[in-house]
This record gives sequence, structure tokens and C-alpha cells, in this order.
Amino acid sequence: MIIKPNTKILIPLFSNQIAPRFDLATNVCIVIIEDNLFQQKTVVLPRSSAEELCYYILTEKIDTVICGGIEDEYFQYLIWKKVNVIDNVIGTCDQVAKRLRTDCPSSGEILNE
Amino acid sequence: MQPTQISGLFNTPISMANITDKLPLGIAILDKNRRVITINSAYEALSGFYREDIQGIPCFHITRSRLCMQNCPMEHGPNHFEPVSIETDIINKCREMIPVEINLSPVQDHQDNCVGYVETIKDLRSIKDNALLTHHAYAFDNLIGKSNEMTKLFQHIPLLAQSDSAILITGETGTGKDILAETIHQASNRSKGPFVKVNCGALPETLLESELFGHQKGAFTGAVENKPGRFRLAHNGTLFLTEIGDLPLSLQVKLLTFLDDQVVYPLGSTKGFQANVRVIAATHCNLDQMVKEKKFRQDLMFRLNVVRLHLPPLKKRGADVRLIMDHFIHEFSSRFNKQINGFSKEALDKLMGYAFPGNVRELRNCVEYAINICQNDEIQLEHLPAYIAESDAVNNDQKNEMIEPSTWVMPAQTSASNEIQKWSDMEKNMIISALVEAKGRRNQAAALLGWGRSTLWRKIKQYGLDN
Repeated sequence: MIIKPNTKILIPLFSNQIAPRFDLATNVCIVIIEDNLFQQKTVVLPRSSAEELCYYILTEKIDTVICGGIEDEYFQYLIWKKVNVIDNVIGTCDQVAKRLRTDCPSSGEILNE
Repeated sequence: MQPTQISGLFNTPISMANITDKLPLGIAILDKNRRVITINSAYEALSGFYREDIQGIPCFHITRSRLCMQNCPMEHGPNHFEPVSIETDIINKCREMIPVEINLSPVQDHQDNCVGYVETIKDLRSIKDNALLTHHAYAFDNLIGKSNEMTKLFQHIPLLAQSDSAILITGETGTGKDILAETIHQASNRSKGPFVKVNCGALPETLLESELFGHQKGAFTGAVENKPGRFRLAHNGTLFLTEIGDLPLSLQVKLLTFLDDQVVYPLGSTKGFQANVRVIAATHCNLDQMVKEKKFRQDLMFRLNVVRLHLPPLKKRGADVRLIMDHFIHEFSSRFNKQINGFSKEALDKLMGYAFPGNVRELRNCVEYAINICQNDEIQLEHLPAYIAESDAVNNDQKNEMIEPSTWVMPAQTSASNEIQKWSDMEKNMIISALVEAKGRRNQAAALLGWGRSTLWRKIKQYGLDN
């Protein structure tokens, strides 16, 4: 999938890996792609909570979420809110960032080292 | 990709899948770096991942349990953990959250070096659904009650079960201290681990030490082999020390040491064992009084008294008596294959008027006796145990003493009730009735009215009743 210009991507983190669980992530990486310019920042959340993370995604106007496991309830909610969710992705944050320079990983993809 | 082979077990090498795929339990074999080597069919079905795709992937990406992200036992290295069994949940590839029980165990070679791990996952959905169906109103597991005290207790149990804090349960004999301890264990994450009960009053001091902490072979005459001790047996579970008030002073020190550093030193051994045990203690004694009398160590009391739960005596549980009675009638009727519907009015009045010093245990025995004796569909007065059927005003006096303000009703006025127009007159009559009821004892009259003693004294003065 090709990434649109001027897009904001959120990746829930567990150490330097994509968090295996969306609801338990306490760190997130936000990648901002603007005119072929990549900005990356890590945000520490006050606590792990799927509801609060969904709220954060909406307030930050995130376009795409790349995550590991996510409960269907939150997946459907984000889709309904027009957030693109790519779930079941396995790999490190760096691998995702590297991949995003060419295209977007797809659901269920395992990013090899 | 070559299937994982096992050789040396049977005459010919066989595929690992031939053994594990037939089992209904999800099994994952991990290497020492916690990367997946293989999984079986049940694991594939549960997680949604295929074994061909996930070889060499860190296990937390596949298992995706709460445990993986919050407190993975493998995190501290293979030499620092014993096999564990934990209830948690996973999110599978189909975005379902599934309650599971995970068992994790290290695999060691001939030199005791860890070469990997075995993880099993059991789907608990069917068990959890059944648990919801069997839930009774006015009950928490085996505890029954709808009085305020019990309702409050039921609200606290799930919260307390989730922590590992020491709990001290107090209450008279027969109030259900053992059942409460077991209920807390069952509601906790340790429910799949052992629940080990030790009665501190049942064994002599020397035996108790060996029983609790274990001993090394040759530690004393007759110690012909190593004994693990109850603390070690309760590893990853709960140790319930009942009658803690009877624990000898010397062992109180040893228990205190364990509670502080969680290490058990068996008798005659210098090597400690790190036991992951939750301690619940119970007693019918007044520990505060025992501390004052120097029969119980104050520091141990403080250590155990992190959370104190008090089970009220049956006489203070109001409507629970009837509820528990009905429960036991139903239980024993079905056990003894009898069609007994309840008590006759006289039998019920007699039971409700009895103080039950032995609390729920006595009530249970009484109902069991009555159902054994009863041949009809209703329990009569003569079916009750003789000591209750023949109980007289002495017991009734005891019962009167414990009447609570909410249950006491002012006797109806026999005459001139229509003349009472003002609240002050009504209040004056209430005071007089309460004083008559309490045979002039002001403390008891105040309790009946639900007032403080000073309020009663002030009102007596106000209405001129003290002349």
C-alpha cells in the first residue's frame, strides 16, 4: 500500500518492538510524513488503556495505526472514525519506519530483520 | 521446511507434531532466547498463527498475553524461575480476547543448563461461561449472605484477591474463615496453584517447624529424607495458616523472617528457597489482647495485619440466618434424597430465637440432623436437636441482648394510642418502652433505640423521666 503525502502514523510500542497488545502499550511512536520528510517521536502515555489510546489517536488526528494484537471492539471503532488500522504486524519500530519510506506494511505482515 | 523431529524416545525418530498435535492443549516450544521453535495445532487454532510463519519470532508477538507485557516470568533468566501457572488473557489474530491459563516451564539439559522453555495454553472460555451460569444471588463462591457486613465483604474479595498482600481473617468459631480464605484463593490469579492449609494448633512445636519449613535429610534423628515443607508446597499458590494465635513464639520469629524476605530455610539447610507464596492467616483469638499479654509478637501482628477481614457472628447477620437455613435445607434434602420444603412455624420460631454460639457450623449441623430425622415434608419442633428444642428463656435472653436497633420494634400501645398527637409524646413512650424492655438498663435501652447513651440520658432529663 502506498502512503499518502502528509500523513500521521501511530505505532504502539513495547520496548523497541511493535507492542503485541494495543490495549497494554504505554509508549507510542508517531511518524509524521510531510513532503517526503520523515519526523519520528516517541510519546509516553500515562497508563495503558485501549479507550484512552483511541481518544489520543483521534485528538492527534492520526491517519494510520500500525499495531500487533487489537480487540475487535477498538479496531471497529477506529475504522468507524476513519482511522486506517493495520494490525497483526510483527517487527521492530525501526523496521516499520524503514518500510514506510517505500510503502506501508500490510495486515498480518512479519517484518524480517 | 523440515518438521521438528524427536529421536531417542521411540525406536524410530518421529515428528514432534505427531505427539503434540493430538493434544487439546496449546503447546509452544521456545528456545533459550524466548523465540518460537514450534507450536502444535491447538496453539495454532488459539492464536491464529501458523507454525511455518513464526519460527524464530519472539514469543510475545505470538502469545500476546497480558503476562508477556506486564510480568513475563522468563524475563529474569532461566535460572531464576520455577514452573509457573497463571491465569491471564490473550488477543488472537482474529481480534478476540480469550481468557487462558498459561503454564511455563524451563527445559534443562544434563548439566542443568536451560536450553529452552515449554509453554502450554489452555482456553478457559467454557469454564468462565459456566462460572457465570452457576453464579447465585446473595453468594460469593461458597459464602452466602445478604446482610450489610457480608455484602461489603463480597465487594472487597475480588479486589483483595488480585493483590498479594497478607490477609488476617478474624471471627468466631464456625463463621467461615476457612471458606473465606479458599474463596480469596479461588478468585485470585493463583487459583491454579496449590491452596495449602496448615492448622498451627494441631501439631506440637517441633513437628510444626518441620511441617511448615521442611527439613534436610539428617537434620535430626528420623529425618531420613528431604522434606519440602508446606511453604515450598504452596509455591505459586496460597498458604493458609489457621489458628495462627496458637503458633509458638519461636516459630512466629521464623514466620516473620519469611514474610519479610520470602525465603524458606528448611531445618538443617543453609540453602534457602525463594517461595512465591501468599499468606492468609486466620484466628478466633483476640490477637490485640494476645499482643498485650506478650503471647503473640507485635511485629508479626503488624506484618499479618495488612488487610484484616472480620467475619461477623451469625447472630449479627440478621436475615442471613434464614437464607443460610434454606440453603442447607436444599443441600441436604437433595443429598439425602428427601422432599423437605421447610420448617413448621414452631420449629422456625425456635431456630430464629436461638443464639447459635457455634455460628454457621452449628446451624448447618442442626439442619443436617433435622433432615436426617424428619420423615415428612416439613421439619417439626421434635425433629430439631434436643438442646435447641428444649432451649428456654436463658437462650432467649441472650437473643434479646443482641437485637439490633433496626430490628427492634416498639410494642404497640394497648390503650390511648389515639391520644398521642405529638412527636415528643411518641418519643417519651418509646423511651419508656425501651427501658421496660431492657429492664431498666440504660445502656441496653440506648442500644435498642439506636441512640448513644448520652442522647438517651439527655432525653430522659428532657422528659423528666428520671424522677
